[in-house]
Amino acid sequence: MTNFLEQVFNGLVSGSFYALLALGLAVIFGILGVVNFAHGAFYMLGAFGSWLALDKAGIGFWPALLLVPLALGLFGALLERIAVSRLASLDPLYNFLLTFGVTLVLQDLVVRFYGVGSQPYSAPKELQGTISLGLFDYPKYQAFVLVAALVVCSAVWLAFTRTRVGMVVRAATERPDVARALGVDVRRWIAPVFGFGIWLAGLSGVLAAPMRSVNPLMGSDLVITVFAVVVIGGLGSVSGAVIAGFALGLIEALGELYAPFLAQVLVFVVMAAVLLWRPAGLFGRQEVRA
Amino acid sequence: MKKVSRVVAVAAASSVVLAGCSGGGPGGGSGKISDGKIVLGVLTDESGPYAELAGKGAVEAVKMAVEDYKAQYGSKAVTQKIDVVDADTQNKPDVANTKAAELYDRQQADVVLDVPNSAAALSVATQAKNHKKLYIDISAASTALHGASCNKYTFQYAYDTRMLAYGTGTAVTKNGAKNWYIVYPDYAFGQDMQKSFTAAVGTAGGTVQAHDPTPFPGQDFSTYLLKAKSASPKPDVLGIMQAGGDLQNLVKQYNSFKLADAGIPMAVGLMTLTDIHSLGPDAFAGVEFTDPWYWNFDATNRAWADKFQARTGKRPTFVDAANYSAALQYLKTVQTAGTDASDSVVKGLEGAKVDDLFGRGGTIRAADHLLVHDAYLAKVKPAAQVSTDWDYEQIVQTIPGDQAFAPAAESGCKL
Repeated sequence: MTNFLEQVFNGLVSGSFYALLALGLAVIFGILGVVNFAHGAFYMLGAFGSWLALDKAGIGFWPALLLVPLALGLFGALLERIAVSRLASLDPLYNFLLTFGVTLVLQDLVVRFYGVGSQPYSAPKELQGTISLGLFDYPKYQAFVLVAALVVCSAVWLAFTRTRVGMVVRAATERPDVARALGVDVRRWIAPVFGFGIWLAGLSGVLAAPMRSVNPLMGSDLVITVFAVVVIGGLGSVSGAVIAGFALGLIEALGELYAPFLAQVLVFVVMAAVLLWRPAGLFGRQEVRA
Repeated sequence: MKKVSRVVAVAAASSVVLAGCSGGGPGGGSGKISDGKIVLGVLTDESGPYAELAGKGAVEAVKMAVEDYKAQYGSKAVTQKIDVVDADTQNKPDVANTKAAELYDRQQADVVLDVPNSAAALSVATQAKNHKKLYIDISAASTALHGASCNKYTFQYAYDTRMLAYGTGTAVTKNGAKNWYIVYPDYAFGQDMQKSFTAAVGTAGGTVQAHDPTPFPGQDFSTYLLKAKSASPKPDVLGIMQAGGDLQNLVKQYNSFKLADAGIPMAVGLMTLTDIHSLGPDAFAGVEFTDPWYWNFDATNRAWADKFQARTGKRPTFVDAANYSAALQYLKTVQTAGTDASDSVVKGLEGAKVDDLFGRGGTIRAADHLLVHDAYLAKVKPAAQVSTDWDYEQIVQTIPGDQAFAPAAESGCKL
């Protein structure tokens, strides 16, 4: 039983990353209709950024947790203004290609300057060691990641449902056309929302640095799974992305425990099953074609 | 036209006769060297996950071999025109395949060296066979290269999965860790390693109580770590077959789940100097693994490593050293044969004794084209004991070549 509970925790921790990344992808997709392929690259930059901050400027984990995602978020907003917005009126495929290109450029720049190897990064002193959770001891850092992800997701949920700005953004994200019809200037919100999505990717990257290998390819390995999470949750659905993120982390962990031979394909089996049952994903709305 | 080809044929025939007369001694005539020059092609991963292990370092090592060869033979060298060309596989088998054909056909490469990633290496071996040109594998570890998929023009020079498993599996089991829990990435290399380790552990009197395949590439290994930690009976050692980024993910998580404190040390199947450098020695402190070569082993290696560092700014990996040794061995064989014609060079390499900084006490086996040489059981030093940069390993034991590698009869190679 204890063992099972520990595995549930493991699942929720890896689900934390899925949830944060999928949330960012979902808001960007919602407001722009663009699948941001560069999401993995920004996750990687989050982790790399915290290593760079420590290595070049002696900036530790806590300040990096604030600064790195902020810098990346601003960069994301700028990227939206300079490039993404110019293609917004065309087929979404153009922006998909653009963000794919951005991924390659960012990845190769990092490889060019720092090589393909991993960089060392460890958890801050306060979060090293284990914490007792009653039935079992759990690594402090992993527990922190779970708490941080839950806090961020709840804060986003509160902001989206309880504040005026949040509701405008949510309207612009989930039903951009209706929001527009009701007089909301959706365009104004595109750059900040894009930046916010990138901020989330950067934040996940910083959180990943102490527990995962910090290398230029870390994002591209992960992004495929996150796409699957977003599809399962329902494209553009904010709560769907978060719930599907945690659920998938959990399913994966338990799958690895009870059916290791399935571990490699489990995510995609779940995705296929969900799409058969609900083609728009768990929380997605059916597209109504006029 | 006919006349020309007859002239060429006569010239070729007479040069063969000449070579026969001079007894294969050093001769100047460039007629015996195809295209008037020797071209060494280094086909390696310059932008993917193995770029640190091999990549530009390997290319530089081959250039060093060419310089050393020229310095040794001077004007007696079989030719002064020796080119080193390189190409990037991007760690993709299809790219490796195309680039190999390009090297042989268009760049007139007489030999292709390296090629990380076993799938890529196997396709290059087929290209070598079709082109009747040499391929000397360095970075790829699959035993198939000198086993089921062997061919006349392909050589395996540095190591194979059996060697990695034998060294570590045997030593760790004999030191008392009888009960193994193995995790391996679920693809060809990992499956190979798992089988080799299970065999080695069994022979040494231990058992493998469980082996779990993990997704490849993997981000989060905590499930497997906890499974191993709570397994009953408690395993004596966790055998980790992951490599590169997966290995680093796993080790970081191994450390945060405190498996070492729970009395489950790790043994790593394939670890390289660059892996230790990436995470820092403390993450791996005390881990035992098999290394085909180590730069700080003795004065000879150190001297070469110093030269290498002066050119590249880093210490050489075993792949760098093996590329150097293989290139030098190839050139010396061409020197003795007096020609770079593939069949003569293959004949010269078969059974050749290699005794340089990499191939200590080495012989290239004629039966399956594997370089059998000494390997080393190494242990990662804790950071406190690392006195100079990159000096992460302590060599615990030298494993003689005939123990490290399986006998030729077991390879299943039919040349």
